[in-house]
Amino acid sequence: MKYVLIAAAALVAAPLAAQNQDLGQPIPEGGEVETIEESEGLSGSVSFEGNLDDLGIAIPGFATDRDVATPASSSGTAALGKELARVITADLRNNGLFKPTGPDALPQPSFGEITSPNWPTWSNRGAEMLVHGYVRGRGDDRLTVGCYLYDMALQQELVREGWVVPPADWRRAAHKCADLIYSRLTGESPFFDSRIAYIAETGPKDNRSKRLAIMDSDGANHRFITTGRSTALTPRYSPDYKKLSYLSYVDGNPRIYVYDIGTGRQTLVTQSANPTFAPRWSPDGRWLLYSMAVNGNTDIYRVSSSGGEPVRLTDTPGIDIGGSYSPDGGRIVFESDRSGAQQCYVMNADGSNQRRISFGGSRCATPEWSPRGDQIAFTNASSFNISVMTPSGGNVRTLTSGWQDEAPTWAPNGRIIQFFRTERNSGKTSLWQVDLTGDNLRRLPTPVDASDPAWGPILP
Amino acid sequence: MNTRAATGLMLASTIALAACQKKAPEELPPPPVETATPTPTAPTGPAVGSQTHFVEAVGQANTVVYFDTDRFNIDTEDQTKLQRQAQYFSQYPQVTFTIEGHADERGTRDYNLALGERRANAAKNYLVSIGIPANRIRTVSYGKERPVALGSNEAAWAQNRRAATVTIN
Repeated sequence: MKYVLIAAAALVAAPLAAQNQDLGQPIPEGGEVETIEESEGLSGSVSFEGNLDDLGIAIPGFATDRDVATPASSSGTAALGKELARVITADLRNNGLFKPTGPDALPQPSFGEITSPNWPTWSNRGAEMLVHGYVRGRGDDRLTVGCYLYDMALQQELVREGWVVPPADWRRAAHKCADLIYSRLTGESPFFDSRIAYIAETGPKDNRSKRLAIMDSDGANHRFITTGRSTALTPRYSPDYKKLSYLSYVDGNPRIYVYDIGTGRQTLVTQSANPTFAPRWSPDGRWLLYSMAVNGNTDIYRVSSSGGEPVRLTDTPGIDIGGSYSPDGGRIVFESDRSGAQQCYVMNADGSNQRRISFGGSRCATPEWSPRGDQIAFTNASSFNISVMTPSGGNVRTLTSGWQDEAPTWAPNGRIIQFFRTERNSGKTSLWQVDLTGDNLRRLPTPVDASDPAWGPILP
Repeated sequence: MNTRAATGLMLASTIALAACQKKAPEELPPPPVETATPTPTAPTGPAVGSQTHFVEAVGQANTVVYFDTDRFNIDTEDQTKLQRQAQYFSQYPQVTFTIEGHADERGTRDYNLALGERRANAAKNYLVSIGIPANRIRTVSYGKERPVALGSNEAAWAQNRRAATVTIN
């Protein structure tokens, strides 16, 4: 038997050189965003008491003290100030939050007015909230961006924050401002300053090209990582955004690779001739789960992200696959067909105490633990809709109704679920997202068809 | 020897020749001698071990076995097909081959990859059980990534739930 195994390994082993043949140019790593300790803002309570969806927010252009050239915008910091306000407006509007009015429909405040709003200018515009901000060029090419939120009825500041960003990361300052506004008004954790890895698809149904791609949470800064010569599937960002794990057929076999974004190099998750699927990081980034088929039987394994011996966590006959850690890293929800069909199970992080949690009568697949810990999103693989349930399998709610919706992934704050939708017959795919309440269903614009989304945490 | 290996050898000798030619010859090479091009005596057909040769020998229908939804068992119809394949692989023991496992589109991506692998292995295990050495058989799963029937209906899905044997990949 041992001889046979070695012979089989030799048969499928591919030259190491083949492993990097599908990668495009390495992309520059993001810079550091530094939060400035601004003087303490007043922390009055919000005067508005209606539905937050109806909350009007005026977001005029960010002011600049001196219009200077910046690598972030060929038109200088004044034009960039307007662009910052547009990004914030789009963040809030596209997610169905509030009723924002952007800088193109509003007068431009002066630099001095940012900390001292000209109230009469804004009071007759029907907005309950006012956002002001500024952008200043620094001697070192970096930018300082300040963000202020005012309550119009109280004529009072609610919150302020500032950031120093490299010019290439100017959009992050806008997302951080949108996060500041969102968190202050809803009491929820932020989510805009984050990224998404996914698979970009082109070509006919029987000859799809599938490329690993990344983008900001609003679709900006889109980049392809692989060239499309080999099929790439199921990416996941490491929590520090320094690595991407994904499946590639680059050596002819489906295997999980870990791609280092800074160096542009990638390595196999495990040195085995067996196929590996479904990579998943632990919330602290120290562990990587993968699933491996041995003689057709698939089990879940855990390996340290710094290397070392993998540990097998499941050992039942059948397909045990995927896995998603609870936010504290103590438990893993995964999928298994040990009962005869796909169902969701929870185990301790060391593989002990495996128990089934889904008993709804439908197939339960691709479970993903919410970053808040209170919900598990999954694919109902009987009706192909996105659903949520509690970690004990209770209170099941169906959130979508496409022909085939699958692969939920959570926003960093656990309030929004992203997934992909496949059209009947054409097989065309697209990314969608929906609130945990089932509201605000919307399609995310992508340059080409898109599947397998993976939403990362808030950027470090 | 297959064509690809032959081409490789020819390339290698051309390169070797080119390398030799860089040195200045110590004496002039002899004039070329007229040689008659050998005419092939045997009739040309698909090379043994090529996919065309395999398909012609066993019949297209016998190169693919089909499965029910979520299933991977080898039924009697599948066994008949695989036995026909085994005859071929016994007759040509130098031929190695790949079994590609596939799933229909009505499944989640990860599960379908694992399911395709399970189907490919089911076919492989049957071939091994009737005497084909395991080290001649490679398996690969394409999950739902490579459908042959493009519709979204039961007839199309039934054609896509398959394990296909190919001698050249």
